[in-house]
Amino acid sequence: MTTRIDTRFAELKTQGRSAFVTYVMAGDPDLTTSLEIVKALPKAGADVIELGIPFTDPMADGPSIQAAGLRALKIGMTLRKTLELVRDFRKDDNVTPLVLMGYYNPIYIYGVDKFLADAKTSGVDGLIIVDLPPEEDDELCIPALKAGLNFIRLATPTTDDKRLPAVLANTSGFVYYVSIAGITGAAAADANAVGEAVARIKRHTKLPICVGFGIRTPEAARAIAEKADGSVVGTALVDALKNSLDAEGRATAKTVNAVAELTAALAQGVKGAKQAAE
Amino acid sequence: MNIAKPNSYRSGPDERGHFGIFGGRFVAETLMPLILDLEKAYTAAKADPAFQGEMDGYLKNYVGRPSPLYFAERLTEHLGGAKIYLKREELNHTGSHKVNNVLGQIMLARRMGKKRIIAETGAGQHGVATATLCARFGLECVVYMGAVDVERQQPNVIRMEMLGATVVPVQSGTRTLKDAMNEALRDWVTNVHNTFYCIGTVAGPHPYPTLVRDFQSIIGNETKAQMQEIEGRLPDSLVACIGGGSNAMGLFHPFLDDSSVEIFGVEAAGHGLTQLHAASIAGGRPGVLHGNRTYLLMDADGQIQDAHSISAGLDYPGIGPEHSWLHEVGRVNYLSATDDEALAAFQLLSRLEGIIPALEPAHAIAKVMELAPKRPKDHLMVVNLSGRGDKDVPQVGDILRGKK
Repeated sequence: MTTRIDTRFAELKTQGRSAFVTYVMAGDPDLTTSLEIVKALPKAGADVIELGIPFTDPMADGPSIQAAGLRALKIGMTLRKTLELVRDFRKDDNVTPLVLMGYYNPIYIYGVDKFLADAKTSGVDGLIIVDLPPEEDDELCIPALKAGLNFIRLATPTTDDKRLPAVLANTSGFVYYVSIAGITGAAAADANAVGEAVARIKRHTKLPICVGFGIRTPEAARAIAEKADGSVVGTALVDALKNSLDAEGRATAKTVNAVAELTAALAQGVKGAKQAAE
Repeated sequence: MNIAKPNSYRSGPDERGHFGIFGGRFVAETLMPLILDLEKAYTAAKADPAFQGEMDGYLKNYVGRPSPLYFAERLTEHLGGAKIYLKREELNHTGSHKVNNVLGQIMLARRMGKKRIIAETGAGQHGVATATLCARFGLECVVYMGAVDVERQQPNVIRMEMLGATVVPVQSGTRTLKDAMNEALRDWVTNVHNTFYCIGTVAGPHPYPTLVRDFQSIIGNETKAQMQEIEGRLPDSLVACIGGGSNAMGLFHPFLDDSSVEIFGVEAAGHGLTQLHAASIAGGRPGVLHGNRTYLLMDADGQIQDAHSISAGLDYPGIGPEHSWLHEVGRVNYLSATDDEALAAFQLLSRLEGIIPALEPAHAIAKVMELAPKRPKDHLMVVNLSGRGDKDVPQVGDILRGKK
């Protein structure tokens, strides 16, 4: 089975280019604006979209993404509406890979089988669920693979060579390397250390490796793009969105553009990278 | 649901940390190698007589154990039924049962060579116990505490600071215990190499619910021996309050296979179960948070709801996974007490026995007031007096004088 994720990384490989992966929170700051933002991302140069599922207690996220989730929850965002948003996005775009990223509880409460069926028909390609390590693969990972969705696993600086095979065993689509031990948006990733880590993981897998956490600028994105198959930017985009809101936290005429412009600048950075190391 | 009765209620969890469907290891990959290390270190420590020997020395001479099992004569007379014994955990050094677990975890941290200790705290009792043992062993200590709790438990904040700990008020979310735990997890994920996370209750990812239970089981083990000595038999019932549930699990666990012993856990019903409360079993359902599957307060979308209790130590929207399992298999009966019932019990115990309880065990006393009169005079009821009320004196004083 080939997903949009597999197809996209295969295309990029023939172009000799690293992927640019963007993260935004579903429903931030409201449903209509959020859909417009997601639609604008591919046009601005995003190769893969990660869409955050809002959760009250995002334990691996820094203050920016926590706040984005709370903005979304405040306007009544739910997992069901997140899937509807994906369905609306898919009306105009049937090629850009879309990955849902979040925490397990909303999915568990929605019901795993029903969620996987609804996610698949909505046009979701993959899942990144932060609090489901390989030790809990029976919960969602295995059923997701059977349902035809990629389950994208996080590898971190604490994942040593001994543990990597377990982490990679049921991973598909791509591997998300978390470049720092920490929460989203905290420290800056060191490109050389990232390069070594990517090389280490590549000894264990043929999957593309994308790097995230701590990439904020076009320069940083370019540096990472030279070391990895993709770079992920989330917090910087969420911050750009937040800075465009009015005093009550509502969208303004600037909001969609603020995210699209930063996406375009970051995408330029990635595209300016020398061919990714093989 | 049809659940088979196990041969023993004390054999869990399985090797993956499950009590029935509850428990597990729902953590980010960054933390997974750390909790596997902790499990290994704990297994080795348990098998090492030197570890238990060192613990025993500190439990006796530093904590002040064993804690007395005290016959509450006037409370018994007043209620006119069961013979009520108080397990005096409030007499421990630092004023609650929390120190039993912290001592064990700090010993483990030392074995693992970790120099920096982090903890979450609600009422501040776990924070004070952690700050105390970090001072004793010369370790750096950072305590995360919800900003709301920092406000209502000032005496404990001051104590922690005097002991050399850094108290970080948590401003995210509902600014109570749940958010303090989120923030502690964020710290741990950032400082993986030198930091030990000292969890204060029987919750979190495996192996925490097990190791905290084991360190707290000294409460029940002592109770069993003391009751044998005083009355020559087992107690007939046990009562303890439950936030995460560590004092309750510590008392209950050694008695789980003694089928003649009735066991009651008391959750915090806050303003009442139809309003804001913190009773996860009475008002919640199974979900996944903070590394484990357990009963949680949440909405239809799986978003975690605000808990409320007058007692900061019970103000948590979840409960330890082993309690969820003991509820489902029917071994423990889970009740709840409101803020007002706890306040009444707080005053009653103070006036009748000269013991000012913490607001947390006041919830247990509140249910003793209901249960004891319905039991015969030869019924032996043990209630875990898990903490002393000094920390609550300013808050309760304000309420009783009509200021809040």
